[in-house]
Amino acid sequence: MIAAGALLLLLVLATILHSHILVGRSQTIARENQALVARLGATDIALFTEARYTRHPSQADLHTPFQDHPGAFEHFPSGSLIGPPPRLRDTHARLDRATEVPD
Amino acid sequence: MPVWIERQKYLIDFTLGSLGRRKARNLALFLVYALLVFVLASVFLFSHALRHEARLLLSGAPEIVVQRMVAGRHDLVPEGYLARLDGVRGVTGKRCRLWGYYYDPAVAANYTLMVPLGEEIPPGKVRVGEAVARTRGLNVGDVLSLRGHDDHPNPFTVHGVLSTESALLSADLLLVGEGDFRRLFGIPPGQCTDLVLEVRNPREVSKVADKVVLTLPDTRPILRDEILRTYASVFDWREGMVLVLLSGAVLAFIIFAWDKSSGLSAEERREIGVLKAVGWETADIMGMKFWEGFLVSAFAFLVGYLLAYLHVFVFSAHLFEPVLKGWAVLYPRFELTPQVDGFQVATLFFLTVMPYAVATVVPVWRAAITDPDAVMRE
Repeated sequence: MIAAGALLLLLVLATILHSHILVGRSQTIARENQALVARLGATDIALFTEARYTRHPSQADLHTPFQDHPGAFEHFPSGSLIGPPPRLRDTHARLDRATEVPD
Repeated sequence: MPVWIERQKYLIDFTLGSLGRRKARNLALFLVYALLVFVLASVFLFSHALRHEARLLLSGAPEIVVQRMVAGRHDLVPEGYLARLDGVRGVTGKRCRLWGYYYDPAVAANYTLMVPLGEEIPPGKVRVGEAVARTRGLNVGDVLSLRGHDDHPNPFTVHGVLSTESALLSADLLLVGEGDFRRLFGIPPGQCTDLVLEVRNPREVSKVADKVVLTLPDTRPILRDEILRTYASVFDWREGMVLVLLSGAVLAFIIFAWDKSSGLSAEERREIGVLKAVGWETADIMGMKFWEGFLVSAFAFLVGYLLAYLHVFVFSAHLFEPVLKGWAVLYPRFELTPQVDGFQVATLFFLTVMPYAVATVVPVWRAAITDPDAVMRE
């Protein structure tokens, strides 16, 4: 039992070693991908391709999740997995303050 | 000190024997516990690695993207806006970006069409992402026909497939030339999707963005920093999937721990009574029970964590695929680089192991302080 515990502990430590080895190996790929981002001018990752605002969450405009009608519930599954960009939470306030002529 | 260590060794020895006597019950407990740790650790490892990957990739994203807003919606930008930004100091480069979406009814998938900023794609040619090539069965030299805005088919010859290593970035991409893009979507020359700006001094970026809004009041700048923050909050623990999983798992764990702490089985109480009768002290019994809880939970933690590591980094988080894919047809095949955060592992350890180990001690203390005769008579 103690041997099994020691083995498990060793395996957990091995995951840390494994992660370090893989980080070293993946640096070339990371550099290539960064170059690709610069070449394309890409802004988002392609993890959720089902809706515009989940494919490009950073480019989504303020009301996209509610495009069907105001107050609509989110209907794309991935829209409920990721939160709205932090930018969208405070844009209204910032724009209001930036307005030169009061409304 | 050596006496204390010896005592603990004997207690652990006795505890292991006692666990062995209730094999089925402890095995079930262990499996449920390991499964709980597996799910939580998988989510933690996956979201942490994904956040890291996104931060690494998107550090090369455009410094400022300028979108034009019409009636609250993203609209095409006249190229003339670039000239109006000439007066904004600090801007070293201005480019017009063309990109958009194409729904392919043949496979019910959404593609992202893009004109690369730093690469010329010859007319009539297309470079496709890994998931597009896989879903449509495309190879170099094949023809992909896209229906234009005027209902005319536009045939494109595949002249390259983007690498699998870049799938997380390019899975659904179709890279085409500027002329083809405009013809396909009917975007006249002089219009673009948005503008990208380069800024000489990174500390001036927000100031430049303010000046852009003053110069072009119908636009909205999006900074690289904001893009990075968007991805820093993807799968944030307070949101979405992680919150749902975490709350469900934590509730289940509370019920589990409560059930354990609300009482001991008659057999366990009898065992405690016998131990007290043969001269064990209350502290010894509590130590023994602490080790019992700790051993079960620590073993479950180690096994659950190891399985989660294999699941996320060796089997590409296969169990999460249906959840993440949602209704999408295109899903990238990507391998995440392991990012093991010691703090995260420690948090997970204390969230799962310690409460259980402590919860088992309370009822034992209640049983251990009662008279052995009364405990055994119960």
